[in-house]
Amino acid sequence: MNIVGTNVKECTLCGACETTCSTFYFKEDKRHKSAIQVEELADKQGTAIKVCNQCGDCIEVCPVLAIRRTKSGVVLINKKLCVGCFNCVGVCPTGTMFWHEDLTEPFKCIACARCTKECPTEAIFMQEV
Amino acid sequence: MSGVVEKMRASRKVLAEYKYKPAQIERGYAGKTLYVNLSTKNIESKDVTQQMKDIFIGGKGFGLWYLWNAVKPETKWNDPENEIVISPGPIAGITQYPGSGKSLVVTLSPLTNSVMDSNVGGYFGPYFKFSGWDALEIQGKADKDVVLFIDGDNGRVTIEEVDLDPSASHLLSEQLTELMAESEQDRKNVSVVSSGSGAEHTRVGILNFSFYDLRRKAARLKQAGRGGIGTVFRDKKVAALVVKFSSLSGKSNNPADPAKIARTGVKITREINKFDDAQFRMRQIGTANLMTPMNDYDLLPVHNFKYGSHKDAVGISSEVLRSRFTQKMPDGCWVGCALSCCKAVDDFVPKTGPFKGKKVIVDGPEYENAAGLGSNCGIFDPDYVIEANFYCDTYGIDTISTGTIIAFIMECYEKGILNKEITGGLELNFGNAEAAMELIHQMGQGSGFGKIAGQGVRRLKKIFAEEYGGDPVFMQDIGMENKGLEYSQYQAKESLAQQGGYALTNKGPQHDEAWLIFMDMVNNQLPTFEKKAEALHYFPMFRTWFGLQGLCKLPWNDIIPESNATSDSPEKIPEHVQNYVDLFNAVTGKNIDKDEMIRQSERVYNFQRVFNLRLGFGTREHDAAPYRALGPVTEEEYESRQERYDKQLKEDVGINPEGMSTAAKVAAMRKYRQERYETLIDVVYKRRGWTENGVPKLEHLKDLGIDFPEVVEVVKKHL
Repeated sequence: MNIVGTNVKECTLCGACETTCSTFYFKEDKRHKSAIQVEELADKQGTAIKVCNQCGDCIEVCPVLAIRRTKSGVVLINKKLCVGCFNCVGVCPTGTMFWHEDLTEPFKCIACARCTKECPTEAIFMQEV
Repeated sequence: MSGVVEKMRASRKVLAEYKYKPAQIERGYAGKTLYVNLSTKNIESKDVTQQMKDIFIGGKGFGLWYLWNAVKPETKWNDPENEIVISPGPIAGITQYPGSGKSLVVTLSPLTNSVMDSNVGGYFGPYFKFSGWDALEIQGKADKDVVLFIDGDNGRVTIEEVDLDPSASHLLSEQLTELMAESEQDRKNVSVVSSGSGAEHTRVGILNFSFYDLRRKAARLKQAGRGGIGTVFRDKKVAALVVKFSSLSGKSNNPADPAKIARTGVKITREINKFDDAQFRMRQIGTANLMTPMNDYDLLPVHNFKYGSHKDAVGISSEVLRSRFTQKMPDGCWVGCALSCCKAVDDFVPKTGPFKGKKVIVDGPEYENAAGLGSNCGIFDPDYVIEANFYCDTYGIDTISTGTIIAFIMECYEKGILNKEITGGLELNFGNAEAAMELIHQMGQGSGFGKIAGQGVRRLKKIFAEEYGGDPVFMQDIGMENKGLEYSQYQAKESLAQQGGYALTNKGPQHDEAWLIFMDMVNNQLPTFEKKAEALHYFPMFRTWFGLQGLCKLPWNDIIPESNATSDSPEKIPEHVQNYVDLFNAVTGKNIDKDEMIRQSERVYNFQRVFNLRLGFGTREHDAAPYRALGPVTEEEYESRQERYDKQLKEDVGINPEGMSTAAKVAAMRKYRQERYETLIDVVYKRRGWTENGVPKLEHLKDLGIDFPEVVEVVKKHL
């Protein structure tokens, strides 16, 4: 399957990925509404790129079976079934099942690749795993 | 659709119909109560007043208020004016914080003849609220079995006759779920409340609240277990309540500040994910995680609470039960509960009874089931515990009361008060699983000695004395009931605070008011009477609060946050208390603090105490505990823990036990422990603002703002 691969050393924290994602999916440029988020590490010794690796741990904790893996391997939330409990947010091992206070349901990367096309340094790219 | 359900559908006969426009939920409240009278078939809507919200909050508070207004001082549990009130509370139904789907059920109890309340999971409460109702009042009695349908999608309530079999709750829940749902996926939108044949034949009937498990494709059951509420339900000829609500979302409760709820919820969900496996393993074992530590600390009830541990308890240890539960399932009784404690044994095949040889899902065993039905009866066989658990649930009888009743009967049997002739051939010695299982079937089916057993320990003491010559004094000592309710399953002998936690309760000895054993006995955090009194004020009030809101207590202290290590009052779990304050404020838009939280509970708690007084109870004499709950009744018990008791006599009582007979030591210990218990009552009453006779003082009621004329009138008679 394809996931968004990362090379943190190349990330300049320019935020192009965040703008691309939030603008496309939520029609506004708001970094906390992006399914990929970049930030400086707490010790200021580097950057972190938070994006889903499609591990699927969230699938088994969803009480209403709203999360599933597609044939291509991508983990998807069915917003019509989702009841906004955020169990998936709490269990996510990579902290990449996101929530935002404007939204009732969580959101995540679905490996659409849009952000990778906008990254100026190839710090993110599509990767077959 | 199955044939049974097809037949049910064809037989539906509407006796009464009420159409309504479901109220919009505003900050956790629908603002309306659904009143149903089964005698007159009247269905109506009542307004929820601002005063009710301010003083009684919701849940148990609403239940008590409606019941107070429905009954008279002389009303009995089976009089038509008695009500069953179900209310979820303002926080109930949020999906973002674990344990937020509870309903509180209130009625007059056939065991205690006074007010009973029970806290229960399942989807009924939230779906009922989102269908437009803060509370359901069921009054009157039907002539024939009826089902109450609440269709929250279409705004329609009906009382109907349906051709059904109400004897097995797990089947009825399944059938009615299928009846109301339009598809397999739609079944998750239905919840059923039902009981079973045991509730018709005993005083320990329960209500099973269902939730549809999408992975197992089955309706599962959670119990409003205590005090015989199911017995009232079946006496009213209610076969079931069914609610359907199909539009659940994260916004259904329409809170004032959804972002704050989400932040608080995500925080604790992450905590659970991070720490649960290393702390209490609620997600793997549920409350049965207590089996092993309780036995290790001599706190597991064994042989009718004689002892606190047993060498064979390893047979039903936490690990053994864990191995029987199906793992990796999100077993929450309400959506979004990350603690997921309601474990199940899938594909269990009973060896006895009407479901012998058939695969069933068993909800549990939880700690109380394994301890009550198992160790307290001297039975350490996990298959027995699971099967007994299953049958109690589906017959609709309380596992806790049933365990304590059978344990009492077994001790009476071993003492020669009962024999095989009396029990109809059942050799009810401790450890006889086969006889115990047969007794459960008899209780469930209303046959043989089971008809007598189902009357509960208080009535059994009288029957065994009057009919079979049992020594009433001895039976008073060993019959583990207070106020008519059977004790739940913790050995309290070595924790004075827990003795009060059990017997100084409003409804009877159930640990949901105060569970202080570890704090008192193991951690020695309550060394003085004053500290014990403070704990017996704070914790019952704090825990009452869950019942006002529609919350579960478990996510409060069955997961411990990192901040607790540096907290100045770790026993209160301050971070989690703040979570609850935040949740209340975020739902209702109010601005309470931790002190007002306790005041909210104090109002309802004291009102319940006055309600008990009004019904002829609620004074000091009703807070007396059987001596088995306080100390060793028999020489056998004393000698089993002789080193401990001798040491206490020497160091605490100031008596040198050397040369004393065991009988003399038992007597000396008893005098000491009973005096301490009376002193505890004095200090607790004082702390709670009550007289020496346990009556709330007028100035206290005034201070709380519940000095209504009818409340004052009741209290004045006792001052």
